[in-house]
Amino acid sequence: MSGQTPEIPFEPLLRELAPQVLGVVARRFRNFPLAEDAVQEAMLAAFRQWPREGMPQNPRGWLIQVAARRFTDMVRSEMARRERETALAVEEPIIEPVEDIEAEMDPEDTLILLFMCCHPVLSRSSAIALTLRAVGGLTTAEIANAFLVPEATMAQRISRAKQSIRASAVPFRAPTPQERGERQATVLHVLYLIFSEGYASSIGARLQRLDLAQEAIRLTRSARALLPHDAEVAGLLALMLLTDARKAARTGPHEELIPLDKQNRTLWDRAQISEGTELLTLALSRGAVGFYQLQAAIAAVHDEAARAEDTDWPQILALYELLLHMSPSPMVTLNHAIAVAMVHGPMRGLERLRALDNNESLSGHYRLDAVRAHLFEMLGDFNKAVQHYRIAASRTTNLPEQNYLMTQAARLEDARNETRNEPV
Amino acid sequence: MKYILMMNGKRSDFEGYARWSKEDLQTNVAFMREFSKELKDSGVFVASEGLGWPNEARLVRAGSKGEPITDGVFPESKEFLAGYWIIDVESSQQAYAIAARLSGAPGAGGTTGNMPVEVRRVLSSHCDLGL
Repeated sequence: MSGQTPEIPFEPLLRELAPQVLGVVARRFRNFPLAEDAVQEAMLAAFRQWPREGMPQNPRGWLIQVAARRFTDMVRSEMARRERETALAVEEPIIEPVEDIEAEMDPEDTLILLFMCCHPVLSRSSAIALTLRAVGGLTTAEIANAFLVPEATMAQRISRAKQSIRASAVPFRAPTPQERGERQATVLHVLYLIFSEGYASSIGARLQRLDLAQEAIRLTRSARALLPHDAEVAGLLALMLLTDARKAARTGPHEELIPLDKQNRTLWDRAQISEGTELLTLALSRGAVGFYQLQAAIAAVHDEAARAEDTDWPQILALYELLLHMSPSPMVTLNHAIAVAMVHGPMRGLERLRALDNNESLSGHYRLDAVRAHLFEMLGDFNKAVQHYRIAASRTTNLPEQNYLMTQAARLEDARNETRNEPV
Repeated sequence: MKYILMMNGKRSDFEGYARWSKEDLQTNVAFMREFSKELKDSGVFVASEGLGWPNEARLVRAGSKGEPITDGVFPESKEFLAGYWIIDVESSQQAYAIAARLSGAPGAGGTTGNMPVEVRRVLSSHCDLGL
């Protein structure tokens, strides 16, 4: 956990066991919030003890035992508090032998946990934090560090998330078939947000930070193992793999952003691209095409091109048209406009962008100006391109992106001056 | 998304503050303590500091050999940062609501301070994938 500790080999195992242990303890004691705290304490105890004393024979049994004991301690102290306050006795939980509890393990538990942590009653940031801790088996300190907030703040966020779950009386069970669709969409969105946070924060000197993109991939892999026939879960995993495969090429030696068309494609992770493509092909063959599958298909088309100029833009355009019909959004319209420009020329792309001028969620968004700048540059209108690059730079909330956009404006400005100074 | 809330005041504001009654000061301090606790309890707190007063403020520039050249004479119109709070929230609306609560801190003579609070986005390394 700390910077000095060499890689602890049991960490992956611990993270994998965490949701299993939590699932069985939460179900047994019918108290998710308290069970979640108890399991977190058991995890911390393992971090302290296992390096010193070696890994126990039955790591899962050990964790269940410690968590059950912590749970009992918490209930006892809660009872003592209540007795003092109301002189009311509360029944003490009875702990069976660990083997009996362990025997109740159900693979469905982890899935139930995932649905619970991504419950629509929670805010996005709460759902993300709770998912990483309860399902991802991460410590509060690790999550806080990943989001650059104090540990106490993250602890409070998680505790409030659990209070909301308790207050809304979400039962510890899988969603009903009626609830399933909407609930699953929320789960996938939360996993996507974790990935996107990690994908971005891999930029910059953040080596001490947890790789959230990898965590998101790991969590989505387990979601896929739990829902092996769901094409959208497979689509999301494929999208993550196909996007993350370009990681090594996304930044230059000075941590500057390198856009897709300028990346050194030999740095792309071929194995990950193959895995993503296979997953996607399988998912698409199942029929019912969804949002994440289409996004993954677009990522796959980019990944297939050995050089930027080999990109099959007509195919990308066709995929964006499908997306526009299936799940229209300003962002899809924006990306569609880029594809239109690549196939039919920048004028046509710019025409498409006009539709977004009055769109509330996008009209002040830096990305609209960044795309416009790019298309004006393609058109050869450097004046307008520089202008829009600068507006985009003033609007972005992301530092590497801001540097990138400022550099683009400066580059065009230089090019313009050079043309002007050329001898006639 | 992270925002910084900056409370600024002119030199005269600071001097006025120094002449507040004991009750006014206590009410204000209690409010600030409660405000800070609220931020922590709601899981949005990132960082906060109060700054020394303007009479201690110095403008520093590098001289020709890189040596510090200090200047402490400021025009009265200059605003000084009194303190800041960094919060991590879900929307700009949430940040504005918190800033409004801060601006409503009790002032002198039982009034509302109504101090202006400058709200700025803290740049992150987070870029969306544009989906």
